[in-house]
Amino acid sequence: MIASAFKRAKTLPLSGKVGLTLVLFWLAVALFGPMLAPYPVGAFVAYDVFEGQSAAHWLGSDYLGRDVLSRLLSGARYTVGLAAAAAMLASATGTALALTAAVGGAKVEEPLSRFMDMLISIPSKIFSLVLVAAFGSSLPLLLLIAAITYVPGNYRIARALAVNLAQMDYVQVARARGEGRFHIAITEILPNMIHPLLADFGLRFVFIVLLLSGLSFLGLGVQPPDADLGSLVRENISGLGEGALAILAPAVAIATLTVGVNLLIDALPGRGKGR
Amino acid sequence: MAGASSQSGMKAALSLIGKRFASSLLTLLLVSVTIFVIAQLLPGDAAQEALGQSATAEQVAALRHEMGLDRPAYVRYASWLTGMVSGDPGQSMVANMPVAGVIAERLPNSLLLAALTALVAVPVALTIGIGSAMNRGGRIDRALNIATLSMVAVPEFLVATIAVLIFSVKLRWLPSIALASEEMGWGDYLRGVAMPILTLSVVVIAQMARMTRAAVIDQMDRPYVEMAVLKGVAPVQVVLKHIMPNAIAPIVNAMALSLSYLLGGAVIVETIFNYPGLASLMVNAVTSRDMPLLQACAMIFCAAYLLLMLIADVTAILANPRLRAQ
Repeated sequence: MIASAFKRAKTLPLSGKVGLTLVLFWLAVALFGPMLAPYPVGAFVAYDVFEGQSAAHWLGSDYLGRDVLSRLLSGARYTVGLAAAAAMLASATGTALALTAAVGGAKVEEPLSRFMDMLISIPSKIFSLVLVAAFGSSLPLLLLIAAITYVPGNYRIARALAVNLAQMDYVQVARARGEGRFHIAITEILPNMIHPLLADFGLRFVFIVLLLSGLSFLGLGVQPPDADLGSLVRENISGLGEGALAILAPAVAIATLTVGVNLLIDALPGRGKGR
Repeated sequence: MAGASSQSGMKAALSLIGKRFASSLLTLLLVSVTIFVIAQLLPGDAAQEALGQSATAEQVAALRHEMGLDRPAYVRYASWLTGMVSGDPGQSMVANMPVAGVIAERLPNSLLLAALTALVAVPVALTIGIGSAMNRGGRIDRALNIATLSMVAVPEFLVATIAVLIFSVKLRWLPSIALASEEMGWGDYLRGVAMPILTLSVVVIAQMARMTRAAVIDQMDRPYVEMAVLKGVAPVQVVLKHIMPNAIAPIVNAMALSLSYLLGGAVIVETIFNYPGLASLMVNAVTSRDMPLLQACAMIFCAAYLLLMLIADVTAILANPRLRAQ
């Protein structure tokens, strides 16, 4: 399996290879980064604030004299972990609802689709701001808010796929055989929409990374002492005037992560047309 | 004969547009219900929040009555909605001013920023989009594809940070805070908003250029273009004289859709540069949990978004040759 994945990766265009490398790199950082951190996350270790690059501090020090590299490694785990979990939750919910709509008949589909159409016409940042104001922003709530915000988008794509597949002959045959709706949805329809759904999952992940780091940047996302990459940009904003590495490094980290995913999805053969 | 058919086509288009308009209004109404319901889910209520922990039960009850919180939810929704429609969405809790007044101060700033961004972004996006369509599959096209694809995924605050580093820290050309005030002349104002516009433009340009390219390429595959190429029309003429008249509606459609990215982008950009617009007002409303103000801001953003979607759909309807009057 690893060999076939490797073969596949070799056929990607250069931009796809770059994207794949970036994605794998950030996944590895999210998994193992905190173990490799040279200093404890909250420790004041540098002599000065906003130090430049040095052998002791590869990415300099932050506004309190903490090691930027160590904080970045731990922040990446929050960003990647939260966004991946939220994207999975959003995709699973959206797809489950879409399958329900596809096999449930007009009575189920009409109200569900109208409701999702309504939710999709609230701009996602605005929607999440209202949700944050109402619920607050603890880590589980942030995960939930990001997921809720992007369920409608996934639903719309999954429903279009599922409704098409539900018309196919082999699904009609399954229906004539007397298979239950649940069985048809899971074993006949779902396996055939996995590929476009994976591409959509990647897009949701990018949107959610940008949303969550945007919220953290506004001070409405991950709250101290926890910090994701967006919080790192926010807390070091006073270093902007000196062009500190402490502010540039986390911002570049977010961009390489999202651009990497985007390049990878774009290079996949037969990718789904997202937004 | 032709006149009659174009007239009935016009009628069909008008009735489609009318339906689309009605459905937008209905959506906006449902959106207002959603926003109202979410805002009411606030744990604890506004009266308790305003008075703090030490308030007695009587004080809270009195304030609840004064704020009308003791009425049933649907009555409160109805009075909020009629207030919104008649231009009085209530009292801002933090500023202790009518919400309408606070918003009236900020809204023009945001509209101006959006208009200026569109003014910059549209020509650039058109050039990139059409340019890469003409070079389809070539080096320039592929390079632009990667560039726009990456720009779509870059967070606004990275663009803003890099812009500040270059233009205010290194070159010292522009101020890093965009203050807008009455006394400022146009020159100062433009210097102040140059970086916010630049930051907002990046994502909008990337999105718009990608959609423009798709619209032009969609036309390029049509037989009439092949005909024009075969009879020896120069490539630039093919694009300007033959493709553009047919691609203009999909392009306007693409523009309306991409400009909706401004709404989300403005939230970050106005905050970074301290621009006194509606989006930064909304962020403040979230921080201070000023629900009447937040609800009003959210409704304005949603209405703007729906309006852009409506424009996109109406151009698509008008562009449909079966409906378009000749």
